Amino acid sequence: MHQYIFLTILFPLAGFLINSLFTLTNFLGWRTKERETLVGLFSSLMIAIPFGIVVAIFLEMLSEAERPAHLVEVYQWMNTGLMNVAIAYQVDTLSVLMALIVTGVGTLIHIYSIGYMHGDDGFSRFFSYLNLFIFAMMNLILGANMVVMFLGWEGVGLCSYLLIGFWYDRKFEGTAIVSTGDAAKKAFITNRVGDFAMLGAMFLIFQTLGSLNYTDIIAKRDAFDGTTVFWITLLIFIGCTGKSAQLPLFVWLPDAMAGPTPVSALIHAATMVTSGIYITARLSPLFLMAPQTMEIIAVVGAITAIFAGTVGLVQNDIKKVLAYSTVSQLGFMFLALGVGAFQIAIFHVMTHAFFKACLFLGSGSVIHAMHEEQDIRKMGGLRKYMPSTSTTFFIASLALAGFPLTAGFFSKDAILAEAFASGHIVLYAIGTVAAFCTAFYSMRLCVLTFLGEERFNKSVAAPTTSSVAEQEPGGGHGDHGYDAHDDHGHGDAHGADGHAIHPHESPAFMTVPLWILAALSLGAGFLGLPAVVTEHSWIHGWLESSVMQAEAAHHLSHETEWILLGIGSLVAVLGLGFGYFVYAMRIEIAASAKRSLAFLYTTLLDKYYIDELYELLFVRPVQWLSDKVLFRFDTSVVDGTVNGIGDIFMSLGNGLRKWQSGVAQNYAVAITFGLILVIAFIAFR
Amino acid sequence: MLNDLLLTLPITIATVWVLVLILCEAFVHNANLTRWLTAIGFAGIIASIFLIPSPEGYAYGTMLRTGTFTNFSNFIFAVSGLLVVSISDKYLEEEEINFGEYYIILFISTIGMMLMGSAANLSVIFIGLETMSVALYTLAGMLRKDVRSNEAAMKYFLLGSFATGFFLYGIALIYGATGELALPRIAASLQTNGVSTLFWIGLSLLMIGFLFKVSAVPFHQWTPDVYEGSPTTAAAFMSTGSKAAAFSSLIIVLSNISIALPNNAVLQTAFAYIAVATMAVGNITALTQDNLKRMLAYSSIAHAGYMLVGIAAGSNEGYSGVLYYALIYTLMNVGAFGVIAVLERHRTLTNASDYAGLFKQHPLLAGLMAVFMFSLAGLPPFGGFVGKYKVFAAAVEADLTWLAIVGVLASVVSVYYYLRVVIFMFMRDPEPAPQANANATGSFALVAIAVIVFLMGIFPTEVLKLADNAMKVALK
Amino acid sequence: MIEAYLPIFAMIVIAIVLGVLLLTLGRLLGPKRSNSEKMSTYESGIEPVGTAKARISVKYYLVAMFFIIFDIEVIFMYPWAVNLREFGVSGLVSMITFALLLLVGYFYILKKGGLEWN
Repeated sequence: MHQYIFLTILFPLAGFLINSLFTLTNFLGWRTKERETLVGLFSSLMIAIPFGIVVAIFLEMLSEAERPAHLVEVYQWMNTGLMNVAIAYQVDTLSVLMALIVTGVGTLIHIYSIGYMHGDDGFSRFFSYLNLFIFAMMNLILGANMVVMFLGWEGVGLCSYLLIGFWYDRKFEGTAIVSTGDAAKKAFITNRVGDFAMLGAMFLIFQTLGSLNYTDIIAKRDAFDGTTVFWITLLIFIGCTGKSAQLPLFVWLPDAMAGPTPVSALIHAATMVTSGIYITARLSPLFLMAPQTMEIIAVVGAITAIFAGTVGLVQNDIKKVLAYSTVSQLGFMFLALGVGAFQIAIFHVMTHAFFKACLFLGSGSVIHAMHEEQDIRKMGGLRKYMPSTSTTFFIASLALAGFPLTAGFFSKDAILAEAFASGHIVLYAIGTVAAFCTAFYSMRLCVLTFLGEERFNKSVAAPTTSSVAEQEPGGGHGDHGYDAHDDHGHGDAHGADGHAIHPHESPAFMTVPLWILAALSLGAGFLGLPAVVTEHSWIHGWLESSVMQAEAAHHLSHETEWILLGIGSLVAVLGLGFGYFVYAMRIEIAASAKRSLAFLYTTLLDKYYIDELYELLFVRPVQWLSDKVLFRFDTSVVDGTVNGIGDIFMSLGNGLRKWQSGVAQNYAVAITFGLILVIAFIAFR
Repeated sequence: MLNDLLLTLPITIATVWVLVLILCEAFVHNANLTRWLTAIGFAGIIASIFLIPSPEGYAYGTMLRTGTFTNFSNFIFAVSGLLVVSISDKYLEEEEINFGEYYIILFISTIGMMLMGSAANLSVIFIGLETMSVALYTLAGMLRKDVRSNEAAMKYFLLGSFATGFFLYGIALIYGATGELALPRIAASLQTNGVSTLFWIGLSLLMIGFLFKVSAVPFHQWTPDVYEGSPTTAAAFMSTGSKAAAFSSLIIVLSNISIALPNNAVLQTAFAYIAVATMAVGNITALTQDNLKRMLAYSSIAHAGYMLVGIAAGSNEGYSGVLYYALIYTLMNVGAFGVIAVLERHRTLTNASDYAGLFKQHPLLAGLMAVFMFSLAGLPPFGGFVGKYKVFAAAVEADLTWLAIVGVLASVVSVYYYLRVVIFMFMRDPEPAPQANANATGSFALVAIAVIVFLMGIFPTEVLKLADNAMKVALK
Repeated sequence: MIEAYLPIFAMIVIAIVLGVLLLTLGRLLGPKRSNSEKMSTYESGIEPVGTAKARISVKYYLVAMFFIIFDIEVIFMYPWAVNLREFGVSGLVSMITFALLLLVGYFYILKKGGLEWN
């Protein structure tokens, strides 16, 4: 069965090509409902068929005792010169598991999008991008060498860019950006930094081994010396920090929420952002040779987890909360990788894909019902209007919070237990605090969105309304320089929209995927039961043949493990309970806490001023130089180091333009100079 | 004599056919008929290359070479001509210059290119160069009532003659130094008599003639002015066919000389520096261009730089990379110019921003343009990527890793200005909609080009083998 | 090798020196007395009429170009005619081909009205 793996690549590609044809020939010109459904179902089918194939391969492998990696070579891409690049795919337990997640969640999100994108001008364009994304993602995870992987890596980056900027004509207010186009550009440019690191790692590997096949890299890994392997793994990790949104390159992910919500669910929660974890797990033997890199990964992961977790506490945009939550959960995964628990990290990738996709799709359903309103302070009481959405959202939130026996519980506690067992007590503590924050903001999100009073037809800035006591006084926040925040209720800026909102449940296209994902969020955890219950959980057994674990398998005594599980459950329950207590019963606590801890609150709300820090470190100096040093040098708004470099090129280009005088005689003079140079160099060297 | 005619069948066919074209235009005087006949002529040349490929050897004494190299280069020129003809009709009608002479001159120019690509003698190169160039000067000035077109023709003619002067002087000096004009005998003379300073000066002058034609820095300044002023379709032809011709001639000269002077470090360094300057100036200046044709002109300078990287490598790998690059560049650049030619009308749609929202008006053309831009930017899986990969890999193999790195960085810069066009087309809403209309033949040709560009990116191996083979046999 | 070029070098030097010398002498020694008659255009002693930038019909240039083309044809025939016997039949065929090519061009000119004066 595994030899048919190339079909799972071809179908999304065919879907993309045919959809592009639809788009280019303006198939939806009449924009009738039937055609939309046709296009949507066709695209979904192009992902569902690969899902079926992957399931078949999965079942076949499940029945095998030995699960060796199968290499499927489609053809030799460039069969000339130095390097022969084969389009080849590696089918082993890791890639099959990832493919299951990508195609499975992908299918659900495709179906969901039929409902979500209904009536959009770019309906078929959207689906062609989605199919292209799945195509690129499948290349990324199935590729048997790093070249194919990197093509997929760049492909998903491109799709991410296209999809974030999908509603290019809409305004989007983030830090230092004003439109969805800017958000897309920010994601693209930030990712380029990571891509260069990844490319560097590939060069280093190729220089030593002369091959980029995973099998060769792992088989001949002894050819690397310590320094090389350190640099290779570090560069790969830097590449991963870009794609998987870790400190310091995570800044693009929250702004990526400018894209349509299914995109956030598919690309920026379930699949693409986890590709960094996949690569690291894929090359786990290499990483195990570089303990320093592993330490760096663990520390960066833990810090990202707590950092994003705390920022998530105070965000008011429903998608921003989820975005920071994603960054935080990715931090957990890197923590797992860093302490050598590669299989656990993949396990968390899987459970996270289920519950985070469910949460994002649920938030999309809410946003849909609220007519594009994303501010949770203007929601509340939606439970009775949207029973399916709210129930599934609650289930997924519980899983995210790590409520006992949900999927998130098993994977997250396994990560923390591994951190503890490997002796990283500090990281364990940080992780536990982050887990508490996770539970707290999950509950806050649920309560503010679905429970309590209905706030959506009121002016949020009305200071007398007790239920919005959390709302800061209008403009009370405007004392730090600029006010480009997305979520500051500046009185009438958002206000009552003039017409009342009547929330309603979303169509079945959207709720059915929600229910499936919610069920998975509940049940998937049992695939990775802790060691104390079964000595060998299913996920370990499955990944054994493809992902290496750290040697010291960190055996904890049963007592310790029970205690850790207990602490984990307690943290989750406490966080949830505290969140419920504060936001559902004693909202004034939040308000007073905010007043007394105003500094902390604004710091969190402004994401620790990381964007501002970047602005200060990279953007402002360039601006200052051009303003003060080059007198009245009329610069356009410089919004990134890359743009700074871009400006240098631009001014160079403008300089070179002056050389282009348009006078033929001057050109002849240049030719003569060139002539003299060439003759001087060649003939009289 | 008869045998020689058969050995150089593409040139023979072209020469006979051009007489037919001239007589047809003289007696029937129907531009559309001439266009079709021209297309048939190009198709006949391509067919003859495939059906009766010439064997390795010489024809007309040692005047012309025959064999795989010649077949490959002739193919590029004929393809370039055929594609330009297929995108021309609507543009010429819009601009009211639908003369049969346009096609005839195009055809004559191609004969010059074929002479350049199959020359084994410096005098033949010169004749080919002049046949090609004089025809191109005329094409540049085809928009008779347009001042910019006149200016373009004048500039191209003046500077072209200037460079040709050097070229001829170089031939004279090489003859003076070696007493030979036939390239194999020049190499033999160098081997027996050694290399004199006079020869080096001659070779430098010869190189300058070629570097002018491929618009390498600092001999490039005519390019943007000429491309902008010329009829768009003529610019497409100049940027592809004539560049490919100059490169194939340069390869012939260098590969012959390298028999006597293998792995010459000085030549290698000289070409490497020129390549760096060309890539840098082309790409950086293209960043600031608003005018799309000027942007493409600078981009064509930049691409000449990438091809010079292959020349600098000085190996069979490098030369075959240049051949492949010339072919794929011909396709994608004619495609890019073709989209402009199909849409524009009386110098409308000059700036990249004029293409805002093209996707909504002409989704097909916008999609095609995006393919050509991606390929020009060298993004996989399009053909442009394979071309770049091939020349850069050759540079690495020739111990010019730094040059390959500069090339990669330069192409990273280039992504910006190519993508800007795509962003305008797909991510901006149209300004007051420009009157743009496309015709069927042009669109069909463009679709075909896009498909080939795509296929040459996914299945490059066969074409790469052909290019490799062309070099292997040519350089014994 | 390089000695062989000595006469040429000497020639160049003499030409430069002579040119510079004569011009300088003329400038130094000659009297400079200018008046309006002296500054006026010299047209062989006749009063200047009109501007020098007269527009000439493009037909003149066309005819001139045609003349050059067919003139050169004849020039190519001289060396062939001198060596007629050595070149033999192949030379004859080549020359006929050459003439035919020009004949095609001639027909083209004729049909396009290149020789019509109106």
